[in-house]
Amino acid sequence: MRRTPLYDAHLAAGARMVDFVGWALPINYGSQIDEHHQVRTDAGMFDVSHMTVVDIRGPQARAFLSKLLANDVARLKSRGKALYSCMLNERGGVIDDLITYCMAEDWFRMVVNAATRDKDLAWLERQAAEFSIAVTEHHELAMIAVQGPQARGKAHALLPAAVVDELRAIKPFTAVEYGTMFIARTGYTGEDGYEIMLPGDEAQKVWNALLGEGVKPCGLGARDTLRLEAGMNLYGQDMDDDVTPLESGLAWTVAMKDERSFIGRAALERQLAEGLRSKLVGLVLEGRGVLRPHQKVLTAAGEGTTTSGSFSPTLQRAIAFARVPVGAHEKCAVDVRGKELPARIVQPPFVRNGEVCEGIL
Amino acid sequence: MSEIPSDLLYRESHEWVRYDEDGTATVGISDHAQAQLGDMVFVELPEPGMSYEQGDACAVVESVKAASDVYAPLTGEVIENNSALEDSPELVNSDPYGDGWLFRMQLSNPSELDGLLNPEAYAEQAES
Repeated sequence: MRRTPLYDAHLAAGARMVDFVGWALPINYGSQIDEHHQVRTDAGMFDVSHMTVVDIRGPQARAFLSKLLANDVARLKSRGKALYSCMLNERGGVIDDLITYCMAEDWFRMVVNAATRDKDLAWLERQAAEFSIAVTEHHELAMIAVQGPQARGKAHALLPAAVVDELRAIKPFTAVEYGTMFIARTGYTGEDGYEIMLPGDEAQKVWNALLGEGVKPCGLGARDTLRLEAGMNLYGQDMDDDVTPLESGLAWTVAMKDERSFIGRAALERQLAEGLRSKLVGLVLEGRGVLRPHQKVLTAAGEGTTTSGSFSPTLQRAIAFARVPVGAHEKCAVDVRGKELPARIVQPPFVRNGEVCEGIL
Repeated sequence: MSEIPSDLLYRESHEWVRYDEDGTATVGISDHAQAQLGDMVFVELPEPGMSYEQGDACAVVESVKAASDVYAPLTGEVIENNSALEDSPELVNSDPYGDGWLFRMQLSNPSELDGLLNPEAYAEQAES
């Protein structure tokens, strides 16, 4: 298994390590439920160094991404602005979801998933051929995500006043560079915070400094329950190469109001003309039990399947995403280990700013 | 390395047994098992009065990660279950050999105890 620069730090903190797509990473440091609550109420940090950081440099960087991505980089008008987008194949299927940052007209940074690294890089190389750009993966960078209502404040305690002033002023989905650090106000938890990209050999020092500020290490277990509560998709479960963003709750990330040509647009337009047949919804289990991926969902409009599921520590009951027929509303039943348990169909997110959203419970 | 108390007996499916000389036994799951499963969220316990053969699935512990059957380590009748686990399933994680106990049985055949694993044998099997 590959190790991130923080491998020793995880062991020192008592991590239970697992193999995550070939990387040795912590699933928890004791209790993933405690770690989840820590992020919702205070500050926690995740080693996300396994994620793939790719820089697009050259005079046609913006034109390249305008064709490559379903969301429109034309919206990124100032330095540091970022957006969340899917990257589609010609059938409109999702190759990956990612965040892209506009740092200069000739420099955009993309952060893509670890599990899809090889597929993504091959696709980028192929699509880049007709553009005057260079695609460079930065595998020397580590990444620490500090998340929670106290996260930004605790990160600020480690930085000089000048950059703290700049950081205090940025909106979400904006990045600031400071020395060798690339600090983005982004995250995968539904809480405020930063994702900090930095040279691997500096990661241990920053991790320890954050520990000193009372930020607690959190593992993959908490990462999954946090993102699920926050209504955030997980590539490979909630969408893949064979489903479009329109069937995955991601229509809001597809910019089709103008005439911009992007890979997969024609397929999406065809799908809309034919009428969508399925949609991704949220489920809340009424009683006891845990929802998990690949459970059968029974609705009045036909059968569906859960794509992600877990126990929500904030709601204290099970929640899930499910792909169901477009006509499914209000109530359904989920086959959990042979029993049909009642559940409600809801619109994610389930939790926002640490509070349960209206209409969820 | 997980905790394996020396005064208990074990089954290869990670249940522990505390034999109380009056012919009853207390049953739970081991520290190794609770660590593997992770944070418990629901526990389904057998009702008093239910009888089980050794090896019957008689309870379920459900963690965030997975649901796992618990097997009767001995033949007998359930006389009590740990109702505290209804509101506090996390006791199975924090105190698997104490407050995280699952149920108690009246044994029909105490000689079955001889077939259970002693702490050393369980350690060897569990940690391998």
